[in-house]
Amino acid sequence: MAKMKGDIVIDIDKCKGCEVCIPACPVDVIGVSKNVNGKGYNYVETVNDECTGCTNCAVVCPDGVITVYRKKIE
Amino acid sequence: MDTVIKKEDIRKPENLVYKKTPLLTDKVMSYCPGCGHGTAHRVVMEVLEEMGLQDKTIGIAPVGCSVLAYEFMNIDMQQAAHGRAPAVATAVKRLFPEKFVFTYQGDGDLAAIGTAETIHACNRGENIVIIFINNGIYGMTGGQMAPTTLPNMKSSTSPYGRDVATMGNPLRITELVAQLPGTLYVTRQAVHTPVAVRKAKKAVRKAFENQKLNKGLSFVEIVSNCNSGWKMTPNVANQWMVDNMFPYYPLGDIKVNED
Repeated sequence: MAKMKGDIVIDIDKCKGCEVCIPACPVDVIGVSKNVNGKGYNYVETVNDECTGCTNCAVVCPDGVITVYRKKIE
Repeated sequence: MDTVIKKEDIRKPENLVYKKTPLLTDKVMSYCPGCGHGTAHRVVMEVLEEMGLQDKTIGIAPVGCSVLAYEFMNIDMQQAAHGRAPAVATAVKRLFPEKFVFTYQGDGDLAAIGTAETIHACNRGENIVIIFINNGIYGMTGGQMAPTTLPNMKSSTSPYGRDVATMGNPLRITELVAQLPGTLYVTRQAVHTPVAVRKAKKAVRKAFENQKLNKGLSFVEIVSNCNSGWKMTPNVANQWMVDNMFPYYPLGDIKVNED
C-alpha cells in the first residue's frame, strides 16, 4: 500500500504559541519549543517525523504559519 | 524496507498541499494567540481565492478587535463606523452591483450597537454576505458584557456572572434574522477544530455563491473563542466554548435556500 509521508514547515517568527494545532494533530507531531521567538512566544516545532501531511494543523492555525508538504512513498 | 526519506525530498514545490493564502497579507495579525478571528479571516480569504474574486470583492471592516481587518485582507476594504457595516455594505452593493460585498463583524458591533442596521439590512434583503463572529464578549475593550454574553457568564462588567433578571437575556440574533423574509441563507458555524473549519469554509462558500443569485442576504455566524476576555488558555477556551456556548448557540444551518 502506498504510504503518505508529510512534513510541515512552521514560520517560527510569526507563531504565537497558542497550541491550538497540538490537539488537532492525529499523530502528535507538534510540540512546544523551549525556545522563544522574537516576540517572546514559545513557538511550536515538530517533535517527531510521523507526519502524514493531513493539513489539520495548518487548517486550525489562527495565524496561518504552517505550510504542509506531502509525498507518496511506494 | 523502510527507506529513510529526507525532509528536503518532501519539502518541494510539487509536494505542497497547504500554505497560507496570498489573499492574506504578510503582516502579523494583531489578534491574541489562539483567537478565532485569524482562522475566520483565513477561511473567508481562501473562499475568495478559490472563487477567483480577489479583484471583484469589497469587504467592510467593523469596529472591534477586527477593526484592522483591512490590514490583513489583501482585497479592497472599507472601514465603517461602529455597527454601521451593513449600511455601508448596502451602499457599496447598490453602487457596484457587479462586485461581491461582505461585512465582517463581531458581536459587539453587529448584535449591540448595530442591531438596527443589521436587522433592516436583512429585512430589506440586501444582496450581501454578513460574516458574524460571536464570542459572547467585548474583546477589544477589555472583556465587558455583550448582548450575546451567556447567563451566569463572568465578564469584567458582570463579575458575579450575568444575572438574567437584571441584565436581560442573551441575544440569539442569528435565529432572529432567519425569520426575516429578506435572508436567503442563515447558518451558524465554528472554527475551533479542523472539522469545524472545513464546514465553516463550505458555509462561507455557499454564502458567496448566493450573491450571484441576487435573491437576498446570506448570514454566516461563526461562534468563536475569546481566550483573553474569558481568562483562559486557547485550548481550554475552545473546550469551554464547546461545553457552554454550543448548547445556547447550536451549530448548523438555520435557513437554507434551494439551489
